[in-house]
Amino acid sequence: MKRTKLLAVLMTTAIAATGAVCAADAEGIAAENLKVGAIYIGDENEGYTAAHMAGIDEMMETFGLEESQVIEKTLIGEDETCYDAAADLADQGCQIIFGTSFGHETYLIQAAGEFPDVQFCHATGYQAASSGLDNMHNYFDNIYEARYVSGVVAGMKLNEMIENGDITEEQARIGYVGAYPYAEVISGFTSFYLGAKSQCPSVTMEVKYTNSWASFDLEKECAEALIADGCVLIGQHADTTGAPTAAQAAGVPCVGYNVDMIETAPDSALTSSSNNWGVYYTYAVQCMIDGTEIEKDWTAGLKDGAVLITPLNEKAVAEGTQEVVDEVESQIEDGSLHVFDTATWTVDGKTLDTYEKNGIEYISDGYFHESEYGSAPAFDIIIDGIDSIVE
Amino acid sequence: MNKEPMFHMSKRESITLGKRIMIYVAAILLALIVCAAVIVGLVHMNPLGVYKAIFDGALGSSRRIWITIRDTLVLLCIAVGLAPAFKMRFWNIGAEGQVLIGGVVSAACMIYLSDKVPNVVLILLMLAGSAIGGLIWGLIPTFFKAHWNTNETLFTLMMNYVAMQVVTFCICFWENPKGSNSVGIINQATQAGWLPSVAGNAYFWNVVIVTILTVAMFIYLKYSKQGYEVAVVGESDSTARYAGINVSKVMLRTMAISGAICGIAGFILVSGSAHTISTSTANGRGFTAIIVAWMAKFNTFIMILIAFGLVFMEKGATQIASQYGLNENASSIMLGIILFFLLGAEFFINYKIERNRK
Repeated sequence: MKRTKLLAVLMTTAIAATGAVCAADAEGIAAENLKVGAIYIGDENEGYTAAHMAGIDEMMETFGLEESQVIEKTLIGEDETCYDAAADLADQGCQIIFGTSFGHETYLIQAAGEFPDVQFCHATGYQAASSGLDNMHNYFDNIYEARYVSGVVAGMKLNEMIENGDITEEQARIGYVGAYPYAEVISGFTSFYLGAKSQCPSVTMEVKYTNSWASFDLEKECAEALIADGCVLIGQHADTTGAPTAAQAAGVPCVGYNVDMIETAPDSALTSSSNNWGVYYTYAVQCMIDGTEIEKDWTAGLKDGAVLITPLNEKAVAEGTQEVVDEVESQIEDGSLHVFDTATWTVDGKTLDTYEKNGIEYISDGYFHESEYGSAPAFDIIIDGIDSIVE
Repeated sequence: MNKEPMFHMSKRESITLGKRIMIYVAAILLALIVCAAVIVGLVHMNPLGVYKAIFDGALGSSRRIWITIRDTLVLLCIAVGLAPAFKMRFWNIGAEGQVLIGGVVSAACMIYLSDKVPNVVLILLMLAGSAIGGLIWGLIPTFFKAHWNTNETLFTLMMNYVAMQVVTFCICFWENPKGSNSVGIINQATQAGWLPSVAGNAYFWNVVIVTILTVAMFIYLKYSKQGYEVAVVGESDSTARYAGINVSKVMLRTMAISGAICGIAGFILVSGSAHTISTSTANGRGFTAIIVAWMAKFNTFIMILIAFGLVFMEKGATQIASQYGLNENASSIMLGIILFFLLGAEFFINYKIERNRK
């Protein structure tokens, strides 16, 4: 499926390049007539939204869009204000509107029903296909691939700490600051853990939740609690610099999310897993220009440059990390390494060979097929070695 | 050498309505000038452009007009609910929680009863349930105050946090998918429990309900015996007792009304606009409404103007922030400036400044 997707992207680019744009059913819109709307949960001070804004900027640069052609609404909550914002953007003539937060989805569906001529694209959601609306789309990057790689970096750091005698093998315990206990976060920390485990087999992990996407104080407190519990490395799936701040203060290495954390934690930050949303925004706007259909469920990963890990902090990572990272990345890209390979994890001591959810069998050919039947992450199994503490 | 200051101030005995309005108008003009100065200083834009953006943000399209009206109605409804409590000098800081409880009861009815009863019955149940929820939330601190003279300011404030926890608890059962903390739009397909559109207008019933409450509260406070009792208790407990008023009874009755109306505001939010529930459903309106109620001196018709003014400026400030690429915090700064001048106007209404004569 991923291959056909790449093919589709290549084809649209090829068609556009030769200038022979002739869509069968729809007219394209010239770049100078485009109007794009974006709805953000936060603002530029919050990593997740900053990454989306950077993606929009990249898209604008690619197509040479003017500032006035892109209307961005920041700090839009997951309530009726999201519908208001979407409807207002449509009123202002936007032909394509992006919503970025999980809870925005139902409001975008409401707006999509009301404005059938406007394309609505929602990041991290899962209801576009079942909504029955042609103009509703979901998109998400395969962030689990980047998280796995960042886990490899963490695992190597743990090995170094064991070799130096700072900790014993049993003490190799990762603390993970999660936002909410559902599939998106579970898939993320499991891939991170499996990456670490591929390097450091004795590693265990403790996950605590802040029940918020972006709260500096909660994330900092959560990381402090994990360190007090004996965790010797901190990972995160929450959007602020709270966790790295606590890690830096405690002298514990950490792996961030969304943005490079080296500035916040110069001695502690190893790397961060990150999204390059520009890949999608460029793709979706290209579809508008070509007059082609936007995919219902779009995903892309390391191979397409949609996810990445930020440059390693040479001061903090274990020796030889870069070489291993390069190798693992190329294995994921060529498909020889599957992040959720069932040989690498167990549930209650047993290897899973089947996992059905909503009538779809996710496990086949020896691995869990993450994000292949829908763009939103589906892996929601708590595996051995991870303690997910829901309070 | 004892130099006398140039001015002195004294408390006004009374003030004419005309003079009061003049002071408010002056305050709003000053606020607009300072706001524009700040924006022009930040982005070097034409100040007239700034005013146009404020107007556009609040009233620029028919959708924006209706959103402004919708938000004004909710703020007004809460302020109307707070009016009798504050007139009684009962410091009900708990509107936020009373609204949330009203909202959570409405959401519960929408989720559990939508396929069991006809829509009209469902909506009436939601209305009644939210009023009872808010009433109970208002009565708990009042009961303690009436019997053990506990401090109602702290008690009602703390009840807000309890209400937020109740909402968080309920979301654990209603969230979709599990763990996401997001309830999403309730009954999106059937629209069961949504206040129905009338002639294409989704907010018709919001207008009707809040208008009825506003008029009824005005009459209640001004012309009813109970309203008079509220005023007497507010002036002085001892006077009220001397006059043979059962202070505890008046207190409980008044807070029951206050809480119930705030609960109904929660119903209007959930059923009439948000169609979801979250801890931010009330979104600080319970606190903003205190300013509205106080500034209007509990006159519910003046509250309409003040609530509209606040929402108008809020929408305008948001528009400026998005139009000029400023951070949303810029709109908070502007709201702060506006509130500073409006609350400052209170001083000039209560006191007069006179020049000292030699």
